[in-house]
Amino acid sequence: MTNQLPLLEVRDLDIAYGDVQVVFAMNMVVGQQELVGLVGGNGSGKSTILRAVSGMLKPKRGSILLQGQEISGISPHQLTDLGVAHVPMGRQLFPAMSVEENLEMGAYLKRSKANKKQNLEKVYAFFPRLLEKRKLFAGSLSGGEQQMIAIGRALMSEPTILLMDEPSLGLAPKVVQEVMQVIHSLRTLHLTVLLVEQNVRQVLKITDRAYVLEHGKLVIEGQSQGLLENDAVKRAYLGL
Amino acid sequence: MEFFSQGLQGLIDGLLTGGVYAMIGAGMSLIFGVMRVVNFGHGDFVILGMYAAFASNQYLKLDPYVSLLVVLPLAFVFGFVLHRAILAKLLGANDQTTKLATLGLGLIATNLVLLQFGTEPKTVYTEYATNAWRIPLFGLELRISEVRFYAVIITALLIFGLNMMLYRTELGRAIRATAQNRLGAELQGVDTKKIYAIVYGIGVVLAAAAGVLLLPLLSATPTLGSVFTNKSFVVTILGGLGSLPGAIGGGLILGVVESLGSSLFPLMNSHFGANYRDAYGLIIFLIVLLFRPEGLFGRTVKRV
Ligand SMILES: Nc1ncnc2c1ncn2[C@@H]1O[C@H](COP(=O)(O)OP(=O)(O)OP(=O)(O)O)[C@@H](O)[C@H]1O
Ligand SMILES: [Mg+2]
Repeated sequence: MTNQLPLLEVRDLDIAYGDVQVVFAMNMVVGQQELVGLVGGNGSGKSTILRAVSGMLKPKRGSILLQGQEISGISPHQLTDLGVAHVPMGRQLFPAMSVEENLEMGAYLKRSKANKKQNLEKVYAFFPRLLEKRKLFAGSLSGGEQQMIAIGRALMSEPTILLMDEPSLGLAPKVVQEVMQVIHSLRTLHLTVLLVEQNVRQVLKITDRAYVLEHGKLVIEGQSQGLLENDAVKRAYLGL
Repeated sequence: MEFFSQGLQGLIDGLLTGGVYAMIGAGMSLIFGVMRVVNFGHGDFVILGMYAAFASNQYLKLDPYVSLLVVLPLAFVFGFVLHRAILAKLLGANDQTTKLATLGLGLIATNLVLLQFGTEPKTVYTEYATNAWRIPLFGLELRISEVRFYAVIITALLIFGLNMMLYRTELGRAIRATAQNRLGAELQGVDTKKIYAIVYGIGVVLAAAAGVLLLPLLSATPTLGSVFTNKSFVVTILGGLGSLPGAIGGGLILGVVESLGSSLFPLMNSHFGANYRDAYGLIIFLIVLLFRPEGLFGRTVKRV
């Protein structure tokens, strides 16, 4: 069974910017169809790990395995072709293109081009608001709607794993709730998601498992439900 | 009446020349719009186009218009390879480095031309070079130079083709996406380094095409490059850097201003010499920079 092999595995990962090492001996596993959180405070190294997984950074040491295959050092566009979809921090949309063109860019590669039409319909079914606004420039939509475009665009590539970096960044609290609900409901699409967030409580509420980072080191990992009740986590991150 | 007729004639000549300026500017503007690189060697590629047409005529006996079929594909490959081999290595380097590199590439190109063809002006003689259609209008007679007319038609076709490519094809969409957000494009699977090389190739094609089209009108000398680089600056700044319609507008305006300036103020020209026509363009350039620094048609698109 393929399920025995984790979809994504990070082993003994060290990452540095120049001489400054910021991630130390990180280990992490994301199973098929799991929704996994990676949380921690400012500058703890969450985005750095995600950047390494999506090919934007080359780690100093250790390995990143996608279905058992080593992927560290592969360029981002090639990783997209292997099914790694990255919803980056700040969304990185094409502001002067229509919503629909933004979504269609998600199906740029051959692996998903053939099913572009059906996938577009699925995305619109998932985000009816984007259907209404499909002709408008992406740059003219609200922050929450732009986040939906970014997620929809990633779905268009038929990903095997979805990496999300701070989807709640810059959004009003009410909109954050809404985006988290959207991410939670992605499981109905049988997706595998690795979610990076500062918003620890929100993440622990919607994920299956989570990893907690501090200063580039893994400090706790476990079932999200359990972490919500863990005293150390409560004190450090939940303000209780 | 004399003044009016000269003015109208100047307007026509200016629009015809302006079309070619527009194409030079469009290439520079495209390169800037997608890669945020100011291509200081742009005018030198115009010169390369001129000499390529000259050589095709000399050795292959090709008419300049026919030589486009050979020169343009070569220009694309040349630009593509130049980017892959040199400019791509500088991605992520600071602005100065890239500027100097494009400047250096232009210098190398023109000096190779100098070595090969020497300093004396080269041109091609075609039987139609001096032909003009005479059009009577309200008792005036206007001349439309055949060569300039062809130049404008071919320019219009190339720019139309470029526009169709940018807005109607998959490649065009990937180019626009890369221009608007490189990281975003890369994450969708676009090989943005390759897109850069393609765009640089297209820029060189447009510059070289302008050179070929100008050859029957002008003699080529290796040092003309900086003149054309200056003109493409003026065109792109007039129109707003990175905007294709802006480059077209900017090119036409520059052509008309130069032409009207030199035909309506003969006194200035007799005093300063015919080269004064270049100054009229720069005067407009300064005025626009003073009052509308974002360009005449410029508009800022917010990055998301
Ligand atoms: N491009 C860079 N060059 C040098 N150092 C960097 C760079 N990006 C991040 N760092 C440093 O690496 C460390 C980890 O940063 P990272 O962005 O991964 O943190 P993060 O957990 O995502 O934080 P946040 O929640 O604020 O987004 C920080 O100390 C940061 O200053
Ligand atoms: Mg971060």
